[in-house]
Amino acid sequence: MSSQKGSGGWGGSGQGPGAPPDLEELIKKGQAQLRRITPGGSSGKPFVFVIVILVLLMAWTAYYTVPSDSVAVIQRFGKYVKEVSPGLHFKFPFGIDVASIVPVKRQLKQEFGFVTPGATDPFQSPRESELETEMVTGDLNAALVEWVVQYRINDPAKYLFAVREPRGTLRHVSESVMREVVGDRTVDEVITIGRQEIETEALVKMQDLSSKYAMGISIDQVQLKNINPPGPVQESFNEVNQAQQEKEKLINEARRDYNKVIPLAEGEKDQRIREADGYRLKRINEAEGDASRFNALFDEYRKAPEVTRRRIYIETMQAILPDIRSKIIVDEQSQGILPLLNLNNEKLTEKLNQKPGEQP
Amino acid sequence: MSQGKKIVGLVFLALVVFLLTSSIYTVSEVQQMIITQFGKPVGEPVTSAGLKLKVPFIQVVNPIDKRILEWDGSPSDMPTKDKLYISVDLYARWRIVDPLQYFLRLRDERSAQSRLDDILGSETRNAVAKHVLIEIIRTTKDRVPLLDPMLAGTQEAMRVGTLVPIERGRKLVEAEIFNAAAEKVKVFGIELLDIRFKRINYNQSVRPKIYDRMISERRQIAERFLSEGNGEAARIRGNRERDLNKIQSEAYRAVEEIRGQADAKATEIYARAYNQSPQSVEFFEFTRTMQAYKDIIGDNTTLVLSTDSDLFKFLKGMSQGGE
Repeated sequence: MSSQKGSGGWGGSGQGPGAPPDLEELIKKGQAQLRRITPGGSSGKPFVFVIVILVLLMAWTAYYTVPSDSVAVIQRFGKYVKEVSPGLHFKFPFGIDVASIVPVKRQLKQEFGFVTPGATDPFQSPRESELETEMVTGDLNAALVEWVVQYRINDPAKYLFAVREPRGTLRHVSESVMREVVGDRTVDEVITIGRQEIETEALVKMQDLSSKYAMGISIDQVQLKNINPPGPVQESFNEVNQAQQEKEKLINEARRDYNKVIPLAEGEKDQRIREADGYRLKRINEAEGDASRFNALFDEYRKAPEVTRRRIYIETMQAILPDIRSKIIVDEQSQGILPLLNLNNEKLTEKLNQKPGEQP
Repeated sequence: MSQGKKIVGLVFLALVVFLLTSSIYTVSEVQQMIITQFGKPVGEPVTSAGLKLKVPFIQVVNPIDKRILEWDGSPSDMPTKDKLYISVDLYARWRIVDPLQYFLRLRDERSAQSRLDDILGSETRNAVAKHVLIEIIRTTKDRVPLLDPMLAGTQEAMRVGTLVPIERGRKLVEAEIFNAAAEKVKVFGIELLDIRFKRINYNQSVRPKIYDRMISERRQIAERFLSEGNGEAARIRGNRERDLNKIQSEAYRAVEEIRGQADAKATEIYARAYNQSPQSVEFFEFTRTMQAYKDIIGDNTTLVLSTDSDLFKFLKGMSQGGE
């Protein structure tokens, strides 16, 4: 009975090996007191007193309360009788009925490889967290894995009677399954990319085992915590990360150079093409304009070619000649005269201009 | 007189209570009882729970656990077939199926656990020595591992992040140990339900070598990354040069093409206008020359003109103008 109570765990049963010594003590004390009160009194009184004590004790051991997150499993002379829902209840006294309280609604957890301080459940925290975390991966590397298993007790009778130490067994199951799952994966999967998959697969496998073992435990969640390479190797893993960053940096820098130049060149290309397009439009329009002008002029020219020709010639000359500073007009017939040229003396030029004109 | 009666009564009462307590006993759900008479088991083991009776004083009840029990092996170092020292930790689940046999052969659980230690320990050694490490670590034969997207492509080249195919796997090794051990523990009235590897780790002495290998593996990945980064950067710079030249030459080509087309079109328009007839050709030449004069002849040009020219012919006299 006592071993069963040990696994019941949460000190639910108020009776057991602790009660009988109390009882004896009480009786002895009571009798001693009675003798003092009634020295040499009638012999019936001690019996009455013993009965009173027994009644009190019966009352004391005949009730129990079940917290709202639990149920109580009742055993009568060790035999399973029933499950009792939360509330105040009565039972047969003096250890005839034993109530074990099992917290079926509470979410329980076990931690592997790390400890949350203040845990009351001895099976929640690892005993040898170093050894628990060390695992060999499928590519024969080593990794340190920490994880948490969330579970509930879903069948109190099985939990109490089918397996000894169901929570200890759960720890074994959890460690074994986690190693099996990690053992099928590469170190990269374990540390970075495969975490989700590991959680899912480990959960399924743990659920399978816990239902196969019929421990009355249902596993709700497996969560991976820190996963690290072993201490001496950690630095080289960081090196890989750094190299990864460095690689990205190098590529980004090259991209930066690329981006600095190429869109600009694209824009410049468009600019030049547009400019050329402008040139084209300009060229064509000008040609069209020139042609129109020519055609208009030519139409009139054909009507009086000679006059127009002369007019244009003279008009052109008139337009040009005034701007020219040095003009020399020579008479081809007066051969002897050497034309004088002084570029800077306008008057002389004028004279020169005039002279050959006046002479003839 | 009444005093003596009372004493007799009390003694009698005590005797009855004592008789009762030594002839009734309870069996819990988790127990089964072997009843022994002067140390010798009598009758069938009591397996159902509840309040039971026995012969007082001479019969003694020996509780034996009915539940599924655990066996947690202690980690022990052993070599694999490929001569790697690993530390192996097993757990097993077992149950007492023949309590009488169990009681006779082992008497209590401590000796049962130590028998299991011996049997499972040696069977584990046998099985582990028959297999290479990878067979004990891996379970699924041809599992294709996920690849890190960051490492994609490079992993196969480096043979990192791949899983070597296996022949048997962890499950079968466990089954070997189980089958061999289950047979041997039967004689103790024990049924072995299940054994599983709990922990398999490298032995302390092997670890530095494993770590060195991991470090060198990681370093080569790191170098690979750096070289990939530099390579990719060089590729991008090459792309930059190529694209730049491509864009600029395309622009040049497009510009020249457009300008050529424009010139051609303009030429065509001019030709159409000027080339209407010999007269138009002549007129064009004349007007264009006139126009050109305006541009060609600037203010610092020195112009030598003859009085024979059309403009100045009248300087000589009217008569010539009439010619």
